[in-house]
Amino acid sequence: MSQATILTVQNLRKYFPIGNGHLFRPSDKQVHAVDDVSFYLEKGEVLAVVGESGCGKSTLALTLLGLEKPTAGQIFFDGKEVTNLNRADLKIMRRHIQMIFQDPYESLNPLMTVGEIVAEPLVVHGLATRKNERTARVQKALEEAGLNPVDSYINRRPHELSGGQRQRVVIASALVLEPSLLLADEPVSMLDVSIRAEILNLLIDLRAKRGISILFITHDLSTVASFADRVAVMYLGRIVEIGAVADVLQDPQHPYTKALLSVVPVANPRLRHERIILQGETPNPIDVPTGCRFHPRCPIAIEACQRIDPPFVEIRNGQRAACIRIGEPTT
Amino acid sequence: MPQNNFWQSFFRNRMGVIGFVMLAIAVAVAIFAPLIAPYDPNTTVRVTIDNIYSPPSAQNWLGTDDAGKDVLTNLIYGARVSLIVGFFASFISLVIGGTIGLVAGFYGGRVENVLMRLTDILLVIPDLPLLIVLIALLGRGMPILIFVIGILGWTGTARVVRSQTLSVRERKFVQRARAIGAGNLYIIRRHIFPLVFPLMLVNAVLVISAAILNESTLAFLGLGDPTRLSWGQMLNFAFSRGAMSAGAWWSLVPPGLAIIWVVLGLTLLGNGLERVFNPRLEMHHLAIGDEMVARPPQVVGPVAVAAVGKTVGE
Ligand SMILES: Nc1ncnc2c1ncn2[C@@H]1O[C@H](COP(=O)(O)OP(=O)(O)O)[C@@H](O)[C@H]1O
Ligand SMILES: [Mg+2]
Repeated sequence: MSQATILTVQNLRKYFPIGNGHLFRPSDKQVHAVDDVSFYLEKGEVLAVVGESGCGKSTLALTLLGLEKPTAGQIFFDGKEVTNLNRADLKIMRRHIQMIFQDPYESLNPLMTVGEIVAEPLVVHGLATRKNERTARVQKALEEAGLNPVDSYINRRPHELSGGQRQRVVIASALVLEPSLLLADEPVSMLDVSIRAEILNLLIDLRAKRGISILFITHDLSTVASFADRVAVMYLGRIVEIGAVADVLQDPQHPYTKALLSVVPVANPRLRHERIILQGETPNPIDVPTGCRFHPRCPIAIEACQRIDPPFVEIRNGQRAACIRIGEPTT
Repeated sequence: MPQNNFWQSFFRNRMGVIGFVMLAIAVAVAIFAPLIAPYDPNTTVRVTIDNIYSPPSAQNWLGTDDAGKDVLTNLIYGARVSLIVGFFASFISLVIGGTIGLVAGFYGGRVENVLMRLTDILLVIPDLPLLIVLIALLGRGMPILIFVIGILGWTGTARVVRSQTLSVRERKFVQRARAIGAGNLYIIRRHIFPLVFPLMLVNAVLVISAAILNESTLAFLGLGDPTRLSWGQMLNFAFSRGAMSAGAWWSLVPPGLAIIWVVLGLTLLGNGLERVFNPRLEMHHLAIGDEMVARPPQVVGPVAVAAVGKTVGE
């Protein structure tokens, strides 16, 4: 763990018990939402977490913030372990880590004004208690989030705003505390396609201006290339491949990454690959397949894949993938 | 503009409006009693054989009672007792029920189990015997009456508030508040309560009506405040002091009708309000967004605006 690391996650697991067990005979089945995830995030870096819906991306983010209690594993933020903090320490940590939720229509209290929403983190943490100081910080955050002119937004309520504007309000309220880490959980997936680029550009600018570290969660690989430094590909609660964006996108190693990439529309025809259509459905995270969890859908699975849970194979400077067939001449 | 929409929607519901008007009349009568009442209720009347249970006449539109007093005057002043007991007792009920509902719904788990079990027990015990026992223990008088009716009348509120809290608690903006670092009390105060409050208001109308009915019942049984004549007490006196045998229907029918008037008015108003608020709450499940939250007078406007705005897009 170097000085420049802001977030380190080691063997993190989050299992949800299934609720329909009998009162005296609780169900022992569990949803393996996050199942042994390890990665780090450097200061000022953008790490994209990519995976199909239901693979555990949101649960990962919520667990990092302490909104879900981890089942096992460790989380280090800014050099300190933050895995099972008490209430007071959690609150301190949440000053420095802010989250942007997927659904801007649901993540704003309909009864509060934009000004109140953006000021809320300051109120909660008892910061900027003088009125004009607070107003100044709210205005600055709104400006940075691109809601100009600020005065025309500050007294509006969420229902008077479009989806894109709402997401900007969410971003403004995340910025007002000047956090060092931003967890962005599919920040544009609920928005109109036409405005996604604007919001993504806003995040890119923030990163450039503030040097803020971002964990960028998405199910859409095509948004990754534009601004992430590294990318982690998640499948069924586990990271199956991680590495620098250029490496992973140009030379994917894991068959799942290859499949995901093959269906991303590519402008340059020379880079077009054959589309790999995965067979079968995503297995549910309750009964995780034995061995390699991807084997039932893997186009190159061999018999051994049913038995061996593949360890990571180091490919090149930090690019790692979990597949036992890497390096075989036939792949 | 949103205000207009609320009232439009409310006025379309004719029964609710009728209920509102009925209640407004009762409240006005109670407030302006000294101006409206033909006599002072506290003057001593020299009782003669002629003015006991004298039938309606030009001097006494509703006749006189067993003490020779004007029934209309009693009726008008009786409105004060009913409404005061109704409002204050229901205030106590709303505070208790609201707190229990919020705590149970928000914290869940064992806290919820204990609180809701308590609520269920209180719900199945018939009110009246319990009220009588408490009055017998604590004594008579208006403050005690208010207290006793109030602390027994919160079960419905607790259930309504709990179920609404359960649904608000799951909404994303509550999770976001937590992510910001907000604590439970802050979240309840700032994010849950404001969204539960409109439902409490609707519920309040029904709680008031139950409280008024309870007061009347107790007074009719002779357990009311002896120093203040309420409608229930008028009925009690009429029954126990020979109005029936005297054929003095005018001392029985008016207080009975007055109780029905207020309770019916409140019930109609409550149903009307529920209909205004509830369609929006149901729409919320259609996931149109966060606009369908019931919100006191502003509720309807934003819904309409947002629903239209949605199709227009960004
Ligand atoms: N609170 C919860 N209780 C039970 N299961 C959950 C809970 N939250 C998420 N899950 C399950 O965990 C898995 C991962 O969910 P999620 O993290 O939301 O995935 P993603 O964000 O990648 O779409 C899903 O199967 C989901 O049903
Ligand atoms: Mg998600």
